[in-house]
Amino acid sequence: MSTRLSKGGRLIDRTKPLPFSFNGRGLQGYQGDTLASALLGAGQVLVGRSFKYHRPRGVMASGAEEPNGLVGLGQGGRFEPNQRLTTTELFAGAETASQNHWPSLEFDVGAINNRLARFFPGGFYYKTFMYPRAAWKHLFEPVIRRSAGLGRVPEARDEDRYEYAYAFADTVVVGGGIAGLAAALAAAEKGERVWLIEQTPHWGGRAVVDGVQIAGDEAEIWVKNTLQTLGKMKNVTLRSRTMAAGLYDHGYLLAYERVADHTPGDGRPRHRLWRLRAGRVIAATGAIERPLSFAGNDVPGVMLASAVRDYVVNWAVSPGDRTVIVTNNDDAYRTALALLDAGLSVPAVIDARPVAGGALPAAVRARGVRVLEGKGIAKVSGSKRVTGVSVCEHAGEGTELEAIACEAVAMSGGWSPVVHLWSHCGGKLLWDEARAMFRPDPDRAPTGADGAPMVRAAGAANGWLEAHEVMDCAHRAGGGKGSCPGAVAEEEAPMLPVWIMPQGAGPALRAKMFLDPQNDVKVSDVQLAAREGYESVEHTKRYTTLGMATDQGKISNINGLAVLSDALHQPIPATGTTTFRPPYTPISFGAIAGEARGAIFQPLRRTPMHDWHETHGAHWEPVGQWRRPYCFLRHGEGVHDAVHREIRSVRNAVGLLDASTLGKLLVKGPDAGRFLDMLYTNMMSTLPVGKCRYGLMCTENGFLSDDGVVARLSEDTWLCHTTTGGAERIHGWMEDWLQCEWWDWKVYTANVTEEYAQVAVAGPNARKLLEKLGGIDVSKEAFPFMEWREGTLAGIRARIYRISFSGELSYEIAVPASEGLALWNRLLEAGAELGVVPYGTEAMHIMRAEKGFIMIGDETDGTVIPQDLNLHWAISKKKTDYLGKRAQERSFMASPERWRLVGLETLDGSVLPDGAYAVAEGSNANGQRNMQGRVTSSYHSPTLGKGIAMGLVRHGPERMGEVLDFPTDNGKVVRARIVDPVFYDKDGEKQDV
Amino acid sequence: MLTLECPYCGVKAEETELAAGGEAHLKRHGPGSSDEEFESYLFLRKNPKGVHFERWRHAYGCGKWFLAARCTATLEVFGTYPAQSKEPPAELQAKIKAKRPNWEGYK
Repeated sequence: MSTRLSKGGRLIDRTKPLPFSFNGRGLQGYQGDTLASALLGAGQVLVGRSFKYHRPRGVMASGAEEPNGLVGLGQGGRFEPNQRLTTTELFAGAETASQNHWPSLEFDVGAINNRLARFFPGGFYYKTFMYPRAAWKHLFEPVIRRSAGLGRVPEARDEDRYEYAYAFADTVVVGGGIAGLAAALAAAEKGERVWLIEQTPHWGGRAVVDGVQIAGDEAEIWVKNTLQTLGKMKNVTLRSRTMAAGLYDHGYLLAYERVADHTPGDGRPRHRLWRLRAGRVIAATGAIERPLSFAGNDVPGVMLASAVRDYVVNWAVSPGDRTVIVTNNDDAYRTALALLDAGLSVPAVIDARPVAGGALPAAVRARGVRVLEGKGIAKVSGSKRVTGVSVCEHAGEGTELEAIACEAVAMSGGWSPVVHLWSHCGGKLLWDEARAMFRPDPDRAPTGADGAPMVRAAGAANGWLEAHEVMDCAHRAGGGKGSCPGAVAEEEAPMLPVWIMPQGAGPALRAKMFLDPQNDVKVSDVQLAAREGYESVEHTKRYTTLGMATDQGKISNINGLAVLSDALHQPIPATGTTTFRPPYTPISFGAIAGEARGAIFQPLRRTPMHDWHETHGAHWEPVGQWRRPYCFLRHGEGVHDAVHREIRSVRNAVGLLDASTLGKLLVKGPDAGRFLDMLYTNMMSTLPVGKCRYGLMCTENGFLSDDGVVARLSEDTWLCHTTTGGAERIHGWMEDWLQCEWWDWKVYTANVTEEYAQVAVAGPNARKLLEKLGGIDVSKEAFPFMEWREGTLAGIRARIYRISFSGELSYEIAVPASEGLALWNRLLEAGAELGVVPYGTEAMHIMRAEKGFIMIGDETDGTVIPQDLNLHWAISKKKTDYLGKRAQERSFMASPERWRLVGLETLDGSVLPDGAYAVAEGSNANGQRNMQGRVTSSYHSPTLGKGIAMGLVRHGPERMGEVLDFPTDNGKVVRARIVDPVFYDKDGEKQDV
Repeated sequence: MLTLECPYCGVKAEETELAAGGEAHLKRHGPGSSDEEFESYLFLRKNPKGVHFERWRHAYGCGKWFLAARCTATLEVFGTYPAQSKEPPAELQAKIKAKRPNWEGYK
């Protein structure tokens, strides 16, 4: 059993006990505990089951590198899976639950996988589920889906809020250990704007636990004084609980601040995502201890030596009465000393090195502890808890020399610098043979916008493990001159790289040596992958899942690639590392979303009549960032009925469409006409003042891009209408050509879309309605079709365009946006006796289809040219050039084989499925049925009482009257006849009355 | 996330306020051009690992298009200049040549 010691604990406040629960059992910890220290303090060593074999697992580390200790935390709207015990602060009432087991943590049916482990080797998924093919869909996949995945997905809506914040700094120092503090101090003293961030709630890192002396005093005191000094400097920002998640191009650093994880529900945002722009970054991110690979190194109670030290010193937690230390270096002896100081027993230190002759081993020996030189652990006994270890010769194959009873094992395989930030943006590493570690290569640092290095590694992150080296390196990294405060710690003798223990272990032992405990990847799996031909470390990672879990292999990667290198008989640097990608540790989706959720997920554009629509039954349709009424529902009415009622009203009386969202671009200047002639396929320079003309715009690739009515307002001014979704895009398109190609042309453009409210008044009674409002002569003689007039309508300054998209007599009235609602109301009042109704986009769509008018996005899809739509009349033959003209001259564009626009009418009057394809005889080279056309728009026309459609068909216009087959999803074939696409009022008499 | 200095408003703009516009200094080929010329104008783009000239618009700033010389491998920015330039400024070309002696020129 682990337990709480009666005294000590740097970080806990024994006057503030905090209740919490684990799997429903009430426990108690103290203010300052992490969930891990609280559980260990309460005697809970077994904290979860492993992912694949469901092996019992306990806490192995004390920080971000923890692979095993993941729990579901909280309830309902505050439930979150996979919360790391070692980095989550305890708070009163925390509810935690272990993962990956059924029915309970102590008794888990899935643990049968452990007995069957030899049937689940590396690459098991890829090998096993191949045949029979049908079994994948019906048997394997459902089972795998149920058993895969870590933790449970939250079901309730997140109750917390999250936010973004932005800041700029000359230097961002990442890591609040002694290296970070020294570097920040040096940079701040030079007057730089400095940010210093630390992922835990505490400053000082390892030095304060390890008994380092700085400037003649305890490291703790130097840390406290330095923090005070930095805190008083106006150019310094200190942030704890803030983790540098990733470093991106040009010094863009993403930092994740856990503002209120430890005070849930206090009203503050739970997380804050900092977007820092750093002149340079100092990575003082420390190092992570490596485990040793011996059989049973995953049994609960086997922990990293540094973690054992942390639990004893920081949280006064005993991992067990008797702890055996196993190591290949001197640092682990500090753990023995810490345990002895706490009054606990260290039965032996097992050191793989032939000779352990340094100062630290000497100090441990002096306390009466046995140091077994040249020895290793053959295996650990115990399943849910360590009960002892078998000692063997490290040089041998694992024959037991003696058994030592113990409750915990503290292991150390050496240290790996945390090189993630250095590597995120392209910094390269070199292999340091003497210290058996990858460390940043100073000659190949990540570079910034100016081409100069933008990251420096400082302290242990740079490979310096001894305190005086750390301080010196950090001081210089910060830009400090002269000497820095001297740091003193026991000198360490060289370590001995150990990748498996004992070095000659056979298959049975290797199959119990865990490299990646979170993903259950063993030494034997990596060796198997190598035998099967996986030579690239990136491939081996994916094949075996080594380092792919939520800890991203922080403790496992180096051991894994060392084992792979050995199996491939090549040096470690030849194997290299996998790519380090952000985030360093997982960040919440809430933090990524920030405030962008619900109503403010994206801006909503509203027309001046939006609120009226909302209160009058609008059934909304999103169009770009606008919402447009699809139709207006009357009490008890369905959508389909409303649309048809609106169409009948327009065709027989008069309707109002809010057309304010239509793009309105003003083009002005001496060269405006010449410019529009290049932009549109037809002539706009010849359009007389006072008149309107329909125009098409194509891309340089010849494809139809947008359409709309252009009005010439004055000698040098045109107003171009675009589609609702096209306004910004077409405005940008105009600016692109004016700024980048024809920059000597004198033209200005302005997007005036939101300056105007626009209402289409359409239907046989439209003229009567406008006459009732009065102010502008709207008679046929004074105001012909395709012209515009300006004046005062119902007392409102207005410009009226006599254009029609419905085929009816129609006026589009533009007024200043501020007058839009007033105009709308006046039209409704005056139109009441004329049968006026508001209508929505669906009625508009159906009516334009009845008239055979194309719609950008329906009849066009980026592969359609105007000629395909029989719009030759809108393509100028006189112009020598326009955007898209050259492209349309290509042989493929001029081919008679292209699919062209026709009308389609089903033989039985039904509605053709939108997007259905017409099949032709035979099949193509891929064995697929040949196609000869497809449906682009399809509706039931209430005006005609039958289904109408438009489509693109090979040789279409030459095949009038032919019947085509359209197979549908349900296996039936719908037959439709090719007809003229203009179904209603073919001669256009109604719009020109 | 790049930062580029807008040569019009002089601000160091972040990528989120910029819109990328592809390769710079293309010659437009319209009616009358050969198929090869037109193909090269419309479709053929350089894809160097190294110095690249490209179009950017300060879309959420002043709205102006400008041109940038940038290394696609290291993301080093050599300079930015107005879109109304027939070729990169001579001093920019000299600067790039000094930093990348093997650079073959912008064409």
